[in-house]
Amino acid sequence: MRPSIVNEVDFTFWFIMGISIILLLLITIVMLYFVYKYSRKRNPVATQIEGNTTLEIVWTVIPIILVLIMFFISWSGFRNMRDVPKDAMIVKVNGQMWKWTFEYDNKKKSDTLFLPVDKNIKFEITSTDVLHSFYLPAFRCKEDAVPGRTNYYWIRTTETGTFFAACAEYCGLNHSYMYAPIKVVEDEKFQVWKNYFPPDTTKTADSLKTDSTANTKDTLNSSSGMTDSAKTGSDKQTIDSVAKTTPSSDIKKDDVKKTDSLKK
Amino acid sequence: MANGTVAVSDKTAEVDFYHVKTKYKGILSWLLTTDHKRIGIMYLCSMSLFFLTAMSLGVVMKLEMLSPGSTFISAQTYNSIFTLHGVIMIFLFIIPGVPAVFGNFIMPIQIGAKDVQFPKLNLLSWYLYIIGGAIAIYSIMRPGGVMDTGWTFYVPYSIRTTTNVSLSVFAAFVLGFSSILTGLNFVTTIHRLRCPGMTWFRMPLFVWGIYATAWIQILATPVIGITLVLVILERAFGIGVFDPTLGGDPLLYQHLFWIYSHPAVYIMILPAMGVVSEIIPTFSKKTIFGYVPIAISSLGIALVGYLVWGHHMFSSGISDTSRVIFSLLTFIVALPSGIKIFNWVATLYKGSIEVTAPMLYTLLFIFIFSIGGLTGLVLGALNTDLHLTDTYFVVAHFHYVMFGGMGLIFFASIHYWFPKFFGKMYNEKMAKVAAYWIAIGFNTLYFPMFIMGYMGMPRRYYDYLPEFTTYHIISTVGSWILVSGILVMTANLLSGLRNGKKASDNPWGGTTLEWSVPSPPPLENFDEIPTVTTGPYDHSHIHGQEETTK
Repeated sequence: MRPSIVNEVDFTFWFIMGISIILLLLITIVMLYFVYKYSRKRNPVATQIEGNTTLEIVWTVIPIILVLIMFFISWSGFRNMRDVPKDAMIVKVNGQMWKWTFEYDNKKKSDTLFLPVDKNIKFEITSTDVLHSFYLPAFRCKEDAVPGRTNYYWIRTTETGTFFAACAEYCGLNHSYMYAPIKVVEDEKFQVWKNYFPPDTTKTADSLKTDSTANTKDTLNSSSGMTDSAKTGSDKQTIDSVAKTTPSSDIKKDDVKKTDSLKK
Repeated sequence: MANGTVAVSDKTAEVDFYHVKTKYKGILSWLLTTDHKRIGIMYLCSMSLFFLTAMSLGVVMKLEMLSPGSTFISAQTYNSIFTLHGVIMIFLFIIPGVPAVFGNFIMPIQIGAKDVQFPKLNLLSWYLYIIGGAIAIYSIMRPGGVMDTGWTFYVPYSIRTTTNVSLSVFAAFVLGFSSILTGLNFVTTIHRLRCPGMTWFRMPLFVWGIYATAWIQILATPVIGITLVLVILERAFGIGVFDPTLGGDPLLYQHLFWIYSHPAVYIMILPAMGVVSEIIPTFSKKTIFGYVPIAISSLGIALVGYLVWGHHMFSSGISDTSRVIFSLLTFIVALPSGIKIFNWVATLYKGSIEVTAPMLYTLLFIFIFSIGGLTGLVLGALNTDLHLTDTYFVVAHFHYVMFGGMGLIFFASIHYWFPKFFGKMYNEKMAKVAAYWIAIGFNTLYFPMFIMGYMGMPRRYYDYLPEFTTYHIISTVGSWILVSGILVMTANLLSGLRNGKKASDNPWGGTTLEWSVPSPPPLENFDEIPTVTTGPYDHSHIHGQEETTK
């Protein structure tokens, strides 16, 4: 059993924080004590001390040891983060101004991230326009969506429920609205959802597959038009034009229906 | 030195630099001056205006964050405001702050020089600074809208947006030249103009801080210059260096940007650390503990600081190997800062400590900067950074380091050298009240951001989830406390300037050379160039109280 990424990140965080808080308290208390004890009133004449080599060595070596321990703990957690389990299910994540699109291995596309519980998931993250960052606070992970390259990380789902993905790299007007809901559900429900294609959407999905380059181009055009509309503070037009080139609006409705049926 | 040798005939030389007869009169005596002290004061005035502007923008941002959703400005306005806040604070205040004002005014006197090596170049630097600032302001007023890229100008967004990026980026390019020329001037001055007996290890630690900084200014700033020119060319002609649709690489931009901008963090903090090493010995009546380690650690920071830029890019998709190396180096660069803090605290031991306003700011700095430094460790750690980067945790961290570090020490420096600058004294009690006021406001404003960041609140967000509301409200209230504190401090200083008591030449009992000259100093600082025989913090000889350094 692999250690949980969430636990490792939280452990590393509180381990480093713990040492930091002790150091901060030490520095502050010693400082305040000196200011009190050696105030001009209590100690009118200062003793001149140029330095102390032993002390310098002590407070160089001890911090070196401390930071090396911190480094190794965070490194081992990091290795776990980068070493994707072989059985991980791959989800392609695409960021664009200003929505996330998820694609599963059977070409099913969605803008809600449905995931099966108790599974390892690998995200392959890219972008069609500017930089975004695919951030899952509940899973303590993020990686930037960079146009022209694919970044990855993996998570393990441990409980069912609703979480969210946020965009963490500034991407313009609606950066703060670039959330995507995450629904972690039982595996069988997930399979039903994944393999259900409404008749009309399947067609669009096929045409998307063969014409993905054209689709990217459209998105790029519309996003450069975005900046004009951003100026006037209205982005509706762009979002609509983006929606027209992808079947996401259909999928969205479908998702909502499916979510209802999953809740039963 | 000068003491005791002043003959009656020398009285004209004792006229301070404000009142001495120069070639030009009135405003021209300032605009055409080559006196390092006047240039320092011109920087102080222009910089204070930029600081107050950027601070007001920060208040507007915090006000918008008071409630989720739109509070009173649009998303586009918000994006422009946080960009301007960052650009003005970083390029016009934090980077030039301490070197341009106090480096100019104090450093030449501290090494016993009459001026910097290239006085005319020094004036040119100030003009470049003003021109850069003016271009930035002009770009705000141009049609097309205020730049909305964030102060990092990340591509491809900065290439795509139709706002005035090119002009603002050009402003930063011009400011870069100001910085390079100042650095060049200071390195030459410190090498060539030290007075007799001022060996390297007798230099005040502030001079060491300025020296280490000046090298970074010379060596790192050209990198950002050329990078910003590439952004302008990319926007104008689509040359395809950074834009992936033209075969460029967005990560290349981030590398080039941080190769400068990380060392720039040390341009911001090293001179401030130098000031701390001046203030603590003065008010402890004690020589600095560990002079050599502190001086060397400045150079250590400057050197290793070049090699850690990648820690800004842990989540950008750089290779795992480079992430591990950058993380290790980041942990190592934390050490010299720690060593400095330990030495400062040790200097207090068996001192005779008087907590005046500058000392109070410095003690608050040690506390707040320690929080900033220590919270940097979880950002340098590989796995925690992938959770915390680009969240409010980072925003809190760099405000604790930059504002709590450079900002508070800028305030401490003004209070410390105010009598030397203006020959007058401010109200000490009010200055201390303002210091506590600022510290309370500061922590109320920025500490909740650590918690929000850990909970997953991304930065540069116009809107946020309702669960963060309480923290945002606390933080906004903190911004009001902080700003009112800064205004009280400013008002107190201005009233000291208007009708403060006359200050003596050495009101604090300082041991470095600037306290051996009158307040304010005469035009060429010294009647005759002093000869130094002891280290900088020898409290057995205090200027103006006993025989000075023989």
